[in-house]
Amino acid sequence: MLPNIDYSELPRALQHMLERGQTVKTLPRRSFLKLAGATGLALGAFPHIALADPAAGGKAASSLKPTQQPSAFVQIAGNGEVTVTINRLEFGQGVHTALPMILAEELDADWSLVRSRHGTNDAAYVDPLFGIHLTGGSHSIKNSFSQYRELGARARAMLLGAAAARWKVDVATLRTQAGTVLGPGGRKLGYGELAEAAMAQPVPEKVTLKDPKDFRIIGRPTPRLDAQAKSSGRQDFGIDARLPGQLTAVVARPPVFGARLAAMDDSAARAIKGVRAVLRVPLDGGAEGVAVVADGYWQATQGRDALKLTWDTAKVEKVDSERQLVQYRELAGRPGPRKFDADMAPLATAPQQLEAEFVFPYLAHAAMEPLNCTVALTEGRAELWVGSQCAGLDAGAAARVLNLKPEQVTVHVQMAGGGFGRRFSSTSDTVVEACEIAKAARAAGLNAPVRTLWSREDDMRGGFYRPMHLHRARVGFDERGNVLAWDHVIVGQSITTGSVFEQFQVKNGIDGTATEGMRDPYPLPMRLTVHHPKLNVPVLWWRSVGSTHTAFVMETLLDEIARTTQQDPVAYRMRMFGDKHLRHRDALQLAVDKSGYGKTRLPEGRAWGVAVHESFDSVVAYVVEASVKDGRPMLHRVTAGVHCNLAVNPRTVEAQVQGAAVTGLSMCLPGSAITLKDGVVEQSNFDGYTVARITDMPEFNVHIVPSAEPPTGIGEPGLPPLAPAFANAIARLTGKPLRQLPFKLA
Amino acid sequence: MKLIVNNREVTIDADPAMPLLWALRDLIGLTGTKFGCGAAQCGACTVHMDGEAIRSCITPVSDAAGKKLTTIEAATDGTDRVGAAVHAAWIKHDVAQCGYCQSGQIMSAIALLKSLPSGQQPTADSIDAAMAGNICRCGTYVRIRAAVADAARTLA
Ligand code: FES
Ligand code: FES
Repeated sequence: MLPNIDYSELPRALQHMLERGQTVKTLPRRSFLKLAGATGLALGAFPHIALADPAAGGKAASSLKPTQQPSAFVQIAGNGEVTVTINRLEFGQGVHTALPMILAEELDADWSLVRSRHGTNDAAYVDPLFGIHLTGGSHSIKNSFSQYRELGARARAMLLGAAAARWKVDVATLRTQAGTVLGPGGRKLGYGELAEAAMAQPVPEKVTLKDPKDFRIIGRPTPRLDAQAKSSGRQDFGIDARLPGQLTAVVARPPVFGARLAAMDDSAARAIKGVRAVLRVPLDGGAEGVAVVADGYWQATQGRDALKLTWDTAKVEKVDSERQLVQYRELAGRPGPRKFDADMAPLATAPQQLEAEFVFPYLAHAAMEPLNCTVALTEGRAELWVGSQCAGLDAGAAARVLNLKPEQVTVHVQMAGGGFGRRFSSTSDTVVEACEIAKAARAAGLNAPVRTLWSREDDMRGGFYRPMHLHRARVGFDERGNVLAWDHVIVGQSITTGSVFEQFQVKNGIDGTATEGMRDPYPLPMRLTVHHPKLNVPVLWWRSVGSTHTAFVMETLLDEIARTTQQDPVAYRMRMFGDKHLRHRDALQLAVDKSGYGKTRLPEGRAWGVAVHESFDSVVAYVVEASVKDGRPMLHRVTAGVHCNLAVNPRTVEAQVQGAAVTGLSMCLPGSAITLKDGVVEQSNFDGYTVARITDMPEFNVHIVPSAEPPTGIGEPGLPPLAPAFANAIARLTGKPLRQLPFKLA
Repeated sequence: MKLIVNNREVTIDADPAMPLLWALRDLIGLTGTKFGCGAAQCGACTVHMDGEAIRSCITPVSDAAGKKLTTIEAATDGTDRVGAAVHAAWIKHDVAQCGYCQSGQIMSAIALLKSLPSGQQPTADSIDAAMAGNICRCGTYVRIRAAVADAARTLA
């Protein structure tokens, strides 16, 4: 959900964070005791560097960073229950289970006693590689795999140390087994019995990790820890946060991005029972809105409906999708900065030539839980409850609005009902808005926590879309499908300009997220020109980012070349992968073998479609079966071959690939587009903006290439190849390529 | 106004036009029922009224007065045979991802299974038809199908 980031650029990224002054706070001393009281279960929490207190006995290895200190991550209760704190947002991707699995593996815990919970904006919970709180870019497992293993191993070493001291034996004579320490002569102590003493043990700096062949938790298909709560209505999400006396706010937003209020009559709104305040508040992007604060959501919306508002839209840009397309076409013909270059001379003389234009609309994230954020203000402090993908940046943004220091703000990360990138915006728009409202409410004499809740319409019309894109390609190739020259142009708004990622994503005027997924791994002589028009429609990363459009363009065009030159689409790709791209080969071969492609005869009217794409360091290949029924493309069966290195929890990998594919399928369905007419977003709910339903769902099988290499991303890579595989199957049936999402059959 | 929620009588002071969803969530504190669209488009707010699955986001609370209401909290607490079977199947198949839509999915699934003549198994098409009003943005549809069919088998 975030751009792939070049690790060599990390130091600059971190520098950028520091320059913005978005430092993160650390846990106050002894906070683990408070945490223990709050949950009522934790006896032992391991020493945290921020609370290294010799009087308390805990000796933290001072060379270790907060992200390496077990105390912030593991608590063991007297009954042996192990609670693992996750340094990410759980919003469906399964880190609430996978991260504890990784830690529990090296801790040698009894898995049946392992629990999981969210962290805060504490410094311990930053991504250990990026140095900021971050859930995105399919990085959670990839970047915290070693971290959580080491945390588990350190806690285990401390438990062993405690047992050795208790029994007065050499620690080398001890071993552990599923939550117990075993000693000579049949001696045995549960982790729960040792937890308190273990806290007094020094935190070891160096630990030896297991040989992956000894893993007994990692790699095993494991039920989710949150399955029970999520199957009984007992799981609380951000929207369910409930504080004593809490009020609810909804916001009347301008019809056009960036517009301000010209006049307001709020007398009718104020007269509605339960409405407590009507407040003019600044909104994202220089806009202005009116917040209605009331006892509950219903009263607040009643108040909002009763407002008489006049908006001043004269001075703001009014984007119109039709005009925008004309403008993008015109831009595509102009010279611009180049991402790649190659000799285009062979284009004119190539025996086969192809010209194509692709159009992709704006897309809303449309997570099932509408955006929300609850803010409680007290003198010199703010507490926020929000499903945030970037707790530290959100806390920093909140602090700026509230004139507080970052350490005076606590973000309690809440379970979120999806997100797909929307719960991390470059301006922290949701959080800033909720803080503005809480601040204004307090100034108006309302001394109560305020939950700002977006309606579905607010959420869908609120911008931060996957940008609209236009691609244009001219490709020259020979009779064997060898590409001689490929001239390509991309037009679309930059998503990282103005974000914390700009410094290391935008180079030479090109946003790297717009071109990721272009060309590679195919050895193509490509010239790639990029234009980033500036428009006032807020845009953002969206599950699988640039690959949402680049994979479609690449995989449908290559398929078309294979079709034109009468080659098998699998063999054609395999030839280009050569012996260099083995993960691509393995993923595709697995999907081919399991699907029956090339062996099974499909029923009349069905065709095979193939696509492969690498994103977030993982490769997903799809072999699909599709047909056209009453002029409508139908997807019947999907076989996935996945290469994500070691699959920590194969169940999660399967679910993530299916889920990402459903989002990819949604992009193909009629009505899956956000369009604007004279500056006004035309869709507002699921009746106007199509998302896939169960009736659209094909039969689906996921197969994972076995690997013991450190895990790579899986939240997003399943999305990009779905639409092109589907389109390729349809093109085989109709003979006409699909070059637009959502699909439009001519 | 008096409501019968999960076999308990509750008295609330609400505008009769207030959607049942907000009475349940904001006034009664039953937050298992979710807000997804407010327009009968997504199914997240599904509850049972006199045994029938309804969208609580568009049902005025006055329409619910005196009717027997069941929310996800009671439907899966083990007291209802069908609810217990669906709940168990949901866990067995690890249906949930973010989980936000699942209260509504489960309520629709229970209503489907209760509507079948005893012993009759739902067809694949009837499962899809009964669940078509419930959106899952996480894309848990494959496991929803499997869990509904499995729950039906355990009830046979
Ligand atoms: S919230 Fe009622 S159907 Fe979506
Ligand atoms: S599980 Fe996330 S929306 Fe269904």
